[in-house]
Amino acid sequence: MMTRMVMQRIGIGFGTLIVVSIIVFIATSILPGDVAQIVLGQSATPETLAALRAQLGLDQPGYVRYFSWLGNMMTGDLGISKAGGATISSLIGGRLGNTLMMAGWVAVISIPISIALGLWAAMHPGTWLDRIVTFGTLSLISVPEFFIATVAVLILAVELHWLPSTAYMTGQESFWELMKALAMPLITLVIVVSAQMIRMTRAGILNVMSSPYIEMAILKGVPRGRIIMRHAFYNAIGPIVNVIALNLAYLVSGVVIVETIFAYPGLAKLMIDGVQTRDLPLVQACAMIFCGTYVVLILLADIGSILSNPRLRNPK
Amino acid sequence: MTEHTVSTKEEEVLAKLDAFAELPDAPPKRKFRLSWVGWVSVAVVVFWLVICAIGPSIAPFHEMDMDGDDSFLPAGPGEYGYFYLGTDYLSRDTLSRILFGARNTIGISLAATLIAYLMGITLGILAAVKGGWIDMGISRVNDAILALPTIMLGLIVIAALGSSIPILIGTAAVIYATSVFRIARALGQDIMVQDYVEAAATRGEGIWWIIRAEVLPNAAMPLATDFGLRLVFVVLFISSLSFLGLGVQPPASDWGSMVRENLQGLTYGSYAAIWPALAIASFTIAINLIVDDISAKSGGSLAKKMV
Repeated sequence: MMTRMVMQRIGIGFGTLIVVSIIVFIATSILPGDVAQIVLGQSATPETLAALRAQLGLDQPGYVRYFSWLGNMMTGDLGISKAGGATISSLIGGRLGNTLMMAGWVAVISIPISIALGLWAAMHPGTWLDRIVTFGTLSLISVPEFFIATVAVLILAVELHWLPSTAYMTGQESFWELMKALAMPLITLVIVVSAQMIRMTRAGILNVMSSPYIEMAILKGVPRGRIIMRHAFYNAIGPIVNVIALNLAYLVSGVVIVETIFAYPGLAKLMIDGVQTRDLPLVQACAMIFCGTYVVLILLADIGSILSNPRLRNPK
Repeated sequence: MTEHTVSTKEEEVLAKLDAFAELPDAPPKRKFRLSWVGWVSVAVVVFWLVICAIGPSIAPFHEMDMDGDDSFLPAGPGEYGYFYLGTDYLSRDTLSRILFGARNTIGISLAATLIAYLMGITLGILAAVKGGWIDMGISRVNDAILALPTIMLGLIVIAALGSSIPILIGTAAVIYATSVFRIARALGQDIMVQDYVEAAATRGEGIWWIIRAEVLPNAAMPLATDFGLRLVFVVLFISSLSFLGLGVQPPASDWGSMVRENLQGLTYGSYAAIWPALAIASFTIAINLIVDDISAKSGGSLAKKMV
């Protein structure tokens, strides 16, 4: 039962990835004028265009190009960037590492904070501290990420002079310097991601709190803190794991804004530059990496909630 | 004396009617009871909608008027007039640009959300009513689009087609129609199996009559609340794209791009980037608070459906 469900989810995830690759490929191929035209620019004559198209394989029908593009991507050949002609894998390499490092730190910092605050708010529902947490997180999730980043710069960099306002990195920094450069983007992302996670953790716990066995425990006279830690929390682990995976997926969009605002040399900044110069091979590759990560994280969230459900784990 | 008896009779009838309203199978009365936070939020939203309509005519300057060479002036009198919120990086009046920008930011988002609703509800109700392979087909495509980060979809489309206002509206509309579709379909399926729909079908009412007279009125309230949430997402989406320099193109003013343009001013102590950001925040937070208020008052089941 459970294995079947997990396999089914993996199948759906795989199918989604295929559809994603088709969407990315079609969306980036529909624009008038292909790579050959862009490369040759003003000096294009019909003959040189035809020659370059044949050389790049652009005269092939669409589905042939799709499969060769997909095949190349699977084998790690991401193509050549339009600007400068460097291979895309070489452009992406270090950038991907930077983005992963930031995402990792965000996860390490925000997960414990969010679970603690979410639990704490759920333990004291209706008190004014709970209201502050609820109102604060609602406000934070309703504003754009760049608003939080702007306010963080205003307070921490401009008024207090504690931190630099851009995340300039040379690759030679000591650990302390690296942390200082990373601090502003990290703070922004942690705030964005935690606000969501706190709300969802609180909602998850309160949801469990309305189930009959909790009512039973209340009637037995078990103190509220003990009910949450012993009865509610274990049953809320499934939803919470789900929340964590979902929010790491939301990081994808947060990263795009934050890397741009702080000029952090990550993958998202590379992609935005690619969109601005309409460097389609580069955009295709970055989009596939981001969408792939997103789909995999959502898949993990799904599988996590299946695995943590004892009713599915031990079928009758 | 007669008057008195009449009034007691009326009261009796009213009391009976009230008792009828309390019957469990009578539809619940829909009341808009908002807390004071809700009313303040309504006022904020109405304020910005009014600004959308009259903003350009009450702005002290045109959005593209430049005042000499003094960029990032603090609030105060300038060469050509009084700058209530100071000037931006091209020494344009920040207040005027916010008033002009409301039309772009809110107008584009409203247009996109309305189109998304039109598409989402039409397809969602169609899928719910027809079922079968139509439902399967639309749902699968919908799930695939829904499985992607919205900002990535936006970036891919803009990389391919470039950025213009129609493309922004179209992209946002298609992306957010997917979530409207899901809700409309779920609501439609719920309603289609209700007894009153069955009764109408047995009476011999046509499918269009059922959709118009039974399904849409019953789906209207949850959809209206969801409209608010969706509008917030679209505003955030559009202003994020503008912030990245890929949305509304200069010199037109738009709150997202205003933050981007004036970000460097922060280091000179200029608040030109803060004001438009606050404008976005006030609008989106107000809508969310209204939705929160309505959901809290209507038993919270609405809120759960929409997460």
